[in-house]
Amino acid sequence: MSFKRKDLLGIEDLSPEEIYFILDTAKSFRQILDRSIKKVPTLRGKTVANLFFEPSTRTRISFELAAKRLNADVVSFSSSTSSVVKGESLLDTVKNIMAMRVDCFILRHPTPGAPHILAKNLPISVINAGDGSHEHPTQALLDLYTIREKRGKFKDLQVVIIGDIAHSRVARSDIWALSKLGAKVRICGPPTLIPPQIEKMGVKVFYSVKEAIRGVDVVMMLRIQKERQNKCFFPSLREYREFFSLNEERLGLAKSGAMLMHPGPVNRGIELPVSLVDGKRSVILNQVTNGIAVRMAVLYLLLGRKR
Amino acid sequence: MSLLVKGGRLVDPASGTDEIMDIFIEGEKILKIGKNINLPAKKIIDATGSVVIPGLIDMHTHLRDPGREDEETIRSGTLAAARGGFTTICCMPNTSPVIDDPSLVHYILRRAEKEGVIEVLPIASITKNEEGKVLSEMGRLRRAGAVSFSDDGKWVSDAHLMRRALEYVKMLDLPLISHCEDDDLSKDGVINEGFFSTVLGLPGIPREAEEIAVFRDICLTRLARSSLHIAHISTVNSLNLVREAKKRGIKVTCEVTPHHFTLSEELVRSFDTNTKVNPPLRDKDDVRAMQEGLKDGSIEVIATDHAPHSPEEKELGYTLAPFGIIGLETALGLVIKELIKPGILTLSKAIAKLTVNPARILNLDRGRIREEGLANLAIFNLNEEWKVKKEDFLSLSKNSPFVGWTLPGKVKWTIFKGKVVYQC
Repeated sequence: MSFKRKDLLGIEDLSPEEIYFILDTAKSFRQILDRSIKKVPTLRGKTVANLFFEPSTRTRISFELAAKRLNADVVSFSSSTSSVVKGESLLDTVKNIMAMRVDCFILRHPTPGAPHILAKNLPISVINAGDGSHEHPTQALLDLYTIREKRGKFKDLQVVIIGDIAHSRVARSDIWALSKLGAKVRICGPPTLIPPQIEKMGVKVFYSVKEAIRGVDVVMMLRIQKERQNKCFFPSLREYREFFSLNEERLGLAKSGAMLMHPGPVNRGIELPVSLVDGKRSVILNQVTNGIAVRMAVLYLLLGRKR
Repeated sequence: MSLLVKGGRLVDPASGTDEIMDIFIEGEKILKIGKNINLPAKKIIDATGSVVIPGLIDMHTHLRDPGREDEETIRSGTLAAARGGFTTICCMPNTSPVIDDPSLVHYILRRAEKEGVIEVLPIASITKNEEGKVLSEMGRLRRAGAVSFSDDGKWVSDAHLMRRALEYVKMLDLPLISHCEDDDLSKDGVINEGFFSTVLGLPGIPREAEEIAVFRDICLTRLARSSLHIAHISTVNSLNLVREAKKRGIKVTCEVTPHHFTLSEELVRSFDTNTKVNPPLRDKDDVRAMQEGLKDGSIEVIATDHAPHSPEEKELGYTLAPFGIIGLETALGLVIKELIKPGILTLSKAIAKLTVNPARILNLDRGRIREEGLANLAIFNLNEEWKVKKEDFLSLSKNSPFVGWTLPGKVKWTIFKGKVVYQC
């Protein structure tokens, strides 16, 4: 197996073999993170540009560290899209940065397809670090890595994703990723936050957390954005919490030893109570650590070898 | 100046003509139609092997003059239209400023007279500034030269106001043209709502946003005993509502764009913003329904909804880029490729939807070939193929999803009022 892609834009078009190849590569990088000298020379002389057009702490730092662990140079650029005015083209901005001879763009952008447009128009590698509600492939890969670390396999694993599915790029990437590897995915949320025809992606839809969670191996909670309550997606946070947040009792319906995951940042006390975030089922911090290994693997596979 | 068009296959849907005929033109008018005309002419066009039709009429064009002359001017829009075989285009009023005052109708007519190569007929707005609050002075606008009224780009969402507009326009003997979209429902949507909007994470526009508006406007047309033309229809159910209305004797007509009878939603997977259009590209069943509606006559008109946009704006990404596709230069080719060649429409039926049908709806003395009539003609080769290239567009804007396509039906000459205004 070899990895011949120029870009990583999404999970949807990856084959199971490619996914396993990335996960295996990540495994060898994962060990480096536990060493006292956490650095290898693999990408020395390469330059990676982090372009974040949406606020993000975790993903940006994770990519930055991943690149630095591989000895690449990193430049970071953050900007809120409220500054995007008529006539300002992303492609234009990015071409200017490319002219400074960078080797890879990591792009987070509120518009679905933004990284795809860059990838099509530029000769250098593009990594999608989240494009609107479309995809967030490295998040799905680190989720897979974390599940594999604990469970060893994906076949027939029952996974439930609970929350705002409609606006979640994490949900979409995870649904593709888990289904490709043989896991069974359930999704759960208020009907207003379940997008139409999502069953065609191979998931089962639930409106009741209790029913959705029964007998699952993995519970994945999504962040609920407080602004949604003003757009008539749900009446109030109080009601949302009552119907869709996780608690000990609801988690107790899952398989014993079920894993609790969250892509972060957690709204503590809204979708998850503090006790569960820090509880023994939670692998939330493992996800964060594994994220660096997975992103090192992706950077290495796209940049580290002659294509 | 006299002009003789010789040996072409004359197809005039209005009279049912379809045979080899010569046309002798003197000045602006057709003097004689017949076989083997031997009158002396200053110029002779050998149309042997070509089809000669009435100059096409587009009842739904966006020119960006006034306001966005970087995207389209009356000059460039009419040049593009002539290349597509059109000799009359009706321009929508959503310019900047909106065409809601007689002085602006005069402006367009004067400008078209001066720099246009074909005829431009302005459609004025139903409401002042297309704000949906106060009626435009439809009577004065009509007298100034407006050929119909529409708040295109927006729906008149106030039902009472729309009722009154439909009533008022009866005294002018014209239909209103409605852009049917309940924008409370389409909201911030950018593509058809369904599996693709779910997978791509792009906000969806449900079909119902169109259908609700179509149904309300049909109801109001019945109430007002008026007549209505529905712009760019795109869904199975909208079409069924129109069919049902016609059965009940309500005076409603509709149009479909070439992209809505050709393309379906999976194209948006490319994230190419040239597939971003309103109404959005729907699914394959809808596309098939549009073809059936054309075939059974429920859809009388094919209109381009030619909507030029600058590359800077189309490059803003799928959610921010403006809606719209240019269509004047590809319409005839798509009609031939998608409707005539597969046998959905005969040549004559298809051409009717681009000539005499829109002319009848707008009460225009256009869209037919007859002696003493204006010499507005398009001459094209049914089978000669051409490649759609960005750099060949005469429109100032290039936002077409058909770039790279090969289309049949190359326009060879376009004649407007006896003058050759396009020749390939």
